[in-house]
Amino acid sequence: MTQSTPQYQTVSPEQVTTWFKAGRTNQFPIGAGATIKYGDKQIAVFYFSRQDRWYACQNLCPHKLENVLGRGLIGEQDGIPKVACPLHKKTFSLTTGENLNGECPPVAVYPVKVEDDYVYVGFAD
Amino acid sequence: MKKIILIGNGMVGHKFCELFSRHARSADFELLVFGEECRPAYDRVHLSEYFESRDAERLSLATKEWYAEQGIELRCGERVTELDTDAKRIRAESGGTWDYDYLVLATGSSPFVPPIPGRDKKGVFVYRTIEDLDGILDYAEGLKGKPGASATIMGGGLLGLEAAKAAMDMGLKSHVVEFAPRLMPRQLDEPAAAVLSDTLVDLGLSIHCEKNTSLIGGNGAITHLEFKDETRLDTDMLIISAGIRPRDELARQAGITVGPRGGILADAQLRTSAEDVFVIGEAALYQEMIYGLVAPGYEMARVALGTIMADAEAGSMPEAIDMSTKLKLIGTDVASFGDPFTSPEEARSIVFHDDVARVYKRINVSKDGKRLLGGILVGDASDYNMLHQIVQNNMPLPPQPEDLILGARGGAEAGAGVLDLPDAAVICSCENISKGQITELLDSGEAQSVKDLGVCCKAGTGCGGCKPMLSDLVDTYLKSQGKVVRNLICEHFPYTRQELRDLIVMKNIRTYDEALDQIGNGNGCEACKPPLASLFATIYMETANPQAVIQDTNDRFLANIQRNGTYSVVPRVAGGEISPKHLIAIGQVAEKYDLYTKITGGQRIDLFGARLEQLPLIWEELIAAGFESGHAYGKALRTVKSCVGSTWCRYGMDDAVTFAIELENRYKGLRSPHKLKGGVSGCIRECAEARGKDFGLIAVDGGYNLYVCGNGGARPKHAALLAGPIDKETAVLYLDRMLMFYLRTAAPLVRTAAWLEQMEGGIDYLKSVVIDDVLGINAELEAEMKGLVAAYRCEWKEAVETPELRARFQTFVNTDEPDETLEFVGLRDQKMPKAW
Ligand code: SRM
Ligand SMILES: Cc1cc2nc3c(=O)[nH]c(=O)nc-3n(C[C@H](O)[C@H](O)[C@H](O)COP(=O)(O)OP(=O)(O)OC[C@H]3O[C@@H](n4cnc5c(N)ncnc54)[C@H](O)[C@@H]3O)c2cc1C
Ligand code: SF4
Ligand code: FES
Repeated sequence: MTQSTPQYQTVSPEQVTTWFKAGRTNQFPIGAGATIKYGDKQIAVFYFSRQDRWYACQNLCPHKLENVLGRGLIGEQDGIPKVACPLHKKTFSLTTGENLNGECPPVAVYPVKVEDDYVYVGFAD
Repeated sequence: MKKIILIGNGMVGHKFCELFSRHARSADFELLVFGEECRPAYDRVHLSEYFESRDAERLSLATKEWYAEQGIELRCGERVTELDTDAKRIRAESGGTWDYDYLVLATGSSPFVPPIPGRDKKGVFVYRTIEDLDGILDYAEGLKGKPGASATIMGGGLLGLEAAKAAMDMGLKSHVVEFAPRLMPRQLDEPAAAVLSDTLVDLGLSIHCEKNTSLIGGNGAITHLEFKDETRLDTDMLIISAGIRPRDELARQAGITVGPRGGILADAQLRTSAEDVFVIGEAALYQEMIYGLVAPGYEMARVALGTIMADAEAGSMPEAIDMSTKLKLIGTDVASFGDPFTSPEEARSIVFHDDVARVYKRINVSKDGKRLLGGILVGDASDYNMLHQIVQNNMPLPPQPEDLILGARGGAEAGAGVLDLPDAAVICSCENISKGQITELLDSGEAQSVKDLGVCCKAGTGCGGCKPMLSDLVDTYLKSQGKVVRNLICEHFPYTRQELRDLIVMKNIRTYDEALDQIGNGNGCEACKPPLASLFATIYMETANPQAVIQDTNDRFLANIQRNGTYSVVPRVAGGEISPKHLIAIGQVAEKYDLYTKITGGQRIDLFGARLEQLPLIWEELIAAGFESGHAYGKALRTVKSCVGSTWCRYGMDDAVTFAIELENRYKGLRSPHKLKGGVSGCIRECAEARGKDFGLIAVDGGYNLYVCGNGGARPKHAALLAGPIDKETAVLYLDRMLMFYLRTAAPLVRTAAWLEQMEGGIDYLKSVVIDDVLGINAELEAEMKGLVAAYRCEWKEAVETPELRARFQTFVNTDEPDETLEFVGLRDQKMPKAW
């Protein structure tokens, strides 16, 4: 559980150099996640419909290095938005990427914005 | 700095170390520990559990690292061979010598092996260490091929019966031979021993009392026993459990006083006859007795440590040592407490004896009727903890003391409840934790559950015998303080599942978001979404499709996620019956999509390795071939397993396959708190393993026996008889009611077996609800089930045919490319995911 995943690095809003057009808002499930491909990266994008907020993180779960996080249940814990991995239910904060219920390394998180019904994910490369 | 040497790293020796490490002045002392066994101390009391897990770590009480962290030097696998009390020096097997200021002997005891010729034959074992059990297990493994292989246990005492049950669980025909005229002569009176013996015979044990073994026969390995009465018993293995002998050899050799029948003489501070030498645990002879139980041993460790450390409140051993015991693991309850054998001159005994239910209870009440002196419980020891407390704390008795074992007639609670116990009452005797200490922890909020108590004061972590009383105390005490103990779903819904269900029905809440808005807090999480989805499914007959985003991962995509993120596909094969045509269709789909194919333990076929976007394509083909969803992914009905039954089998009493198919089709799609499985066997040979299922039917003369709440898995449990023989219609009726009652009342992820275990009144209560309708809800339950059965739809068909629903099976939103990171390797002509 100590492997890190170098190809994924958290991007803060200030660092964004590319806003990648991921799809129309109605292509994403309401109150859950879906996955997009950006080059050889897989990114999970979540729509928290109750708060009307979007989040994104790497699709790769740092626990067993499987590309599955976009299919996990989402929710909040003490106000922190999180995703639960579908394989072993490790939960990750979607604001900091940190593992909330164990000692897994954090996931990389990415900024998301919505303009004219399109969803954009921010990258720094 | 003073040096303490401790010889023996068993349970009591370890307790000494643990207390030492927590002692305020431990820094002034150096502690060196010798243990002859190759590993640090382990839990001998639960030794028999090793048969199940064969995992020594689970029994371990501490690791070498723990000792190192405490600054205690532990020398495992090193026996102390000499002791010089004048020079205050010991010598170990390695040849090394060490000086001490204080010496503590915790050498325990060894099994007594009577001097019977042949006792060194292969296949003869004792029962005390992990190595002993390894020997037994390996030997039993070697007997596997032998039809009718048997084991004999010499000694029908506490340990012997435990060993006998273990031998039986290993699949061996098991015998117990006892020298005395009855089992457990030291704890039970004659009628109690007879009830116990009958129960054990029912369980499959053979019991031979008044047998004096004269020879262990066999050529190299044991084949039989011969007795003084000229009878013999064929057996492939012998486990001797004929009592213990204190290990006093070291002390004896050093000239320390030992008892005439062994044991190192100890005073009330556990001092021996030699200066600064102490003895604790099973090696100690205190008040002319050896105490073969951990609790007195732990008390000795406490007192000896206090004396060495010159504590102000060091204390001394109590005058009377409690030898009350409750037998574990044997398949029936047995307990004795206080003085079990009073004579008519000193006390009046009240006896309840039911030979049909195999229950015997005896309590001994002082002549003036004011005090409980002791008693015996066989077949039902649920009152043990409370009765034991009444004796220990000298508590007043109710006006009719017989109420204590018969229950009060007329509704009132009999006698005292846990709350009536004095604060000083010791609840956990292994750790010496009193009721007062526990309620303090509950008050301060440090502990809110039995589990918390284990963490903060170790209560309940020793022999575990006090656990029922602990949980009773936690529940009733918290309730009495106005704190309700309930299994709440999560921070977003402060309700139990049953309360949530009632609220949803009452307020006609239709979606998860409405539920959050009307009765929840915040925005939900992965813990509350699936239970709510399950409630919507059973209240509104909803499939997993309309609210896919609140379903657990597997239900969201209607397939089981595998370790590499691909899915498995399991079409329903009701009752396990499948035509060649259907088999071919499955084969064709599997071949086309290159799916790893395996027969499951549930009599159907699992196709593994499908990518998310392939699922609807695969299902389109399966549906066209006549298949439906098998709900292998859901907390839902899985399979109703069948045996071939009377259609082909020469023993079949009825057509089990047809009935299994009928039941599987009736309940298919039914979502429940946990998964549900059924089985139908055509006769009592039980080839469908129906009693290992949540519901099981076995054809017998005159109809079917209906069993409910069985379980396989990690904690197997045989289903209990609900009714029988009954006809099929009645069986279905009872099942409808029972299942619906479970759907309504169980907490999330609680299988029927655990649900019944937690149900007050158990199977009798369940019968009264399902058969006698004591709650008056049967009409409702039946109507609800009828509605659910009628509303069944195949959710895969729904998903494949509805474009909006189908859209979710897309690997990437922005491209149709498959996930290239998936890697497979070959496996016997098929494939599997590349290892992590
Ligand atoms: C596929 C199968 C093994 C096989 O290759 O034979 C299997 C596979 C899994 N079982 Fe099982 N069990 C399978 C038959 C059984 C059986 C045998 C039976 O049904 O007669 C049992 C014991 C009977 C019982 O349930 O009481 C069984 C007791 C369990 C348990 C323990 C349940 C319990 O209450 O103790 C779990 C864990 C759980 O559900 O929490 C489990 C969990 C699982 C999971 C879901 C583990 C997981 O979370 O991934 C596996 C899903 C694999 C998949 O994706 O399909 N599986 N599992 C069997 C599918 C049967 C089917 O056709 O649907
Ligand atoms: C199967 C089984 C079930 C039991 N069930 C229960 C129960 O339900 N309830 C209950 O209260 N009790 C039960 N007991 C009894 C309980 O396990 C003992 O009372 C307890 O283990 C005694 O602890 P002890 O430390 O005195 O002795 P032990 O645990 O025997 O430890 C003594 C240790 O000292 C070592 N030793 C001996 N001589 C030397 C030497 N010269 N040098 C170095 N090391 C030495 C031994 O190898 C041993 O490891 C059970 C026992 C068994 C075997
Ligand atoms: S026994 Fe364990 S490994 Fe095997 S299928 Fe069941 S859950 Fe998976
Ligand atoms: S792979 Fe994600 S929790 Fe294990």
